[in-house]
Amino acid sequence: MPAAKKNPQSDQASTQTTAGHSLSLQTIFADDTHTTGFFEAAGLPHPTKGITLQHYLHQLEEELLEDLGIDREDLVNQLACYLDHMKTLQAGNQLQVSSVTIAGGQNKHGQPEAVTVTIHQGEIVCIVGPTGSGKSRLLADIEWMAQGDTPTKRHIFINGQVPDKSWRFSLEHKLVAQLSQNMNFIMDLSVSEFIEMHAESRMIPKPEVAAKVKEITEQANALAGEMFYWDTPVTALSGGQSRALMIADTAFLSTSPIVLIDEIENAGIDRKKALDLLVSREKIILMSTHDPVLALMGSKRLVLRHGAIQKVVTTTVQEQQNIAPLQQLDELMLSYRHRLRSGETIDEIDLSQLMGR
Amino acid sequence: MRLVTVSGPPSSGKTSVIINVCKSMQRQRIGVGVVKMDCLTTNDDKLYTKAGIPVKVGLSGNLCPDHFFISNIEACFQWGQSQGLDILFNESAGLCNRCSPHIKEVMGVCVIDNLMGVNTPQKIGPMLKLADVVIITKYDIVSQAEKEVFAFRVRQANPRAHIVHVNGITGQGAEEAATLLQAADEVKTLSGKRLRFSMPAALCSYCLGEVKIGADFQMGNVRKMQFHK
Repeated sequence: MPAAKKNPQSDQASTQTTAGHSLSLQTIFADDTHTTGFFEAAGLPHPTKGITLQHYLHQLEEELLEDLGIDREDLVNQLACYLDHMKTLQAGNQLQVSSVTIAGGQNKHGQPEAVTVTIHQGEIVCIVGPTGSGKSRLLADIEWMAQGDTPTKRHIFINGQVPDKSWRFSLEHKLVAQLSQNMNFIMDLSVSEFIEMHAESRMIPKPEVAAKVKEITEQANALAGEMFYWDTPVTALSGGQSRALMIADTAFLSTSPIVLIDEIENAGIDRKKALDLLVSREKIILMSTHDPVLALMGSKRLVLRHGAIQKVVTTTVQEQQNIAPLQQLDELMLSYRHRLRSGETIDEIDLSQLMGR
Repeated sequence: MRLVTVSGPPSSGKTSVIINVCKSMQRQRIGVGVVKMDCLTTNDDKLYTKAGIPVKVGLSGNLCPDHFFISNIEACFQWGQSQGLDILFNESAGLCNRCSPHIKEVMGVCVIDNLMGVNTPQKIGPMLKLADVVIITKYDIVSQAEKEVFAFRVRQANPRAHIVHVNGITGQGAEEAATLLQAADEVKTLSGKRLRFSMPAALCSYCLGEVKIGADFQMGNVRKMQFHK
């Protein structure tokens, strides 16, 4: 409990002197909206340009601070701490992850999990197994960078090494971004506002934001069957469009080097392209799926049972060749979906194209 | 004994988080117990009991729940000690955003959920801003972007806190939160300890049971809204 514990409770005002009071707000504001964001989040008025922090604090009314529940001296500590975080964030993704290694621990019955798997940048690895077989726990172990300190006793190595423990609670070092079918947009924003907001929290410089919006919208549209625009409300997007936007956004705006996918719906989105996009952004992809077309796109599959990786199956050349006919099957199903949707009837089923192979 | 105060807006998932964290602690043979404070009625004690966690309930009725909490916390602490607990959790609903339930030198947790929207962190006062640990729930059903932006806004509102994501349904993240909360300091006694910030105040005629509307019936600590022409 390093930073969190020391400061808020300390009765002495000793901590506030160094970091904060020497800061002039003019310097702080040199760049940006982010310091403004801090005052906004605190519910405080915007400081006028050129004012010193000391002066700013001095002019804040006691009653306002009491209303907001803010302690004047403590505010300086909070600001200094906030600026530290922002510096880390601004330094960009310093976490260059080229590989993740999962070193086996034990299963639910305490029997050893005799597996070590290494997954590299740009690789897709699938996770299969029945409900309750330990898929979520495996993903949680990776996210937590387990060091034998979880129920599975697994060890996770980053670039072949034991990762720094402080990353565990650092927002700036989040290893894993998630994409699942259960995810929804809940914000009342347009596509562009949505991307802008995400870019802002990533401290993307203002002049580059418009290009991000364009890039992400275009890429998402390339994945989705039906076109949407920058001013479409995110809540009005179809399932496929939503997933496409989430994937493109994750590809371009998430710092997390690992992307965890829990199935991708089989309609309204080009799944092969979606995975290609993430691979091209050098993500490490872990995908929990039981869809054969998706599963065979991975280089290997981790088979989970009783809370442990039971075996690792490497996708064979034959399996890769089987993707094409499986995809045809898929497309056939989709074509019937499409017919239903447009009000047609399905009186006959034509399997000849499949048989022809 | 160690004490952890857990607060957060209604329905943010406090009980689910505590149960999952307690389960993880119980696996490590740490003795845990809960005091649940609510307003009118609660069923959560049944959930705790079912999970094998000793529980006491306190209902604030028509009193400000925050004030009720602080006037009773010492007795709760003594109850926890009498049960031989290692860690006592105090769960209290933050019914107003100006709630200030955290105590100096006592681990303070705020639970908020991702469905509240990205502007929520700035709307919550000392309950969030002065917490040691902020636990975000319901993150699994919003987009990764919204999850990231929400966490960023929490960071803005409370730069010092550890921010952890816990899924109240599957328990994912609870193990990790438990590691953090286990690091709470030993508390010998609460007597003489101080709140991190003063609680919301009111001492007006309505506090004392007044029900009529009108200037004539308003006495004491009353504040008026400003309407500009």
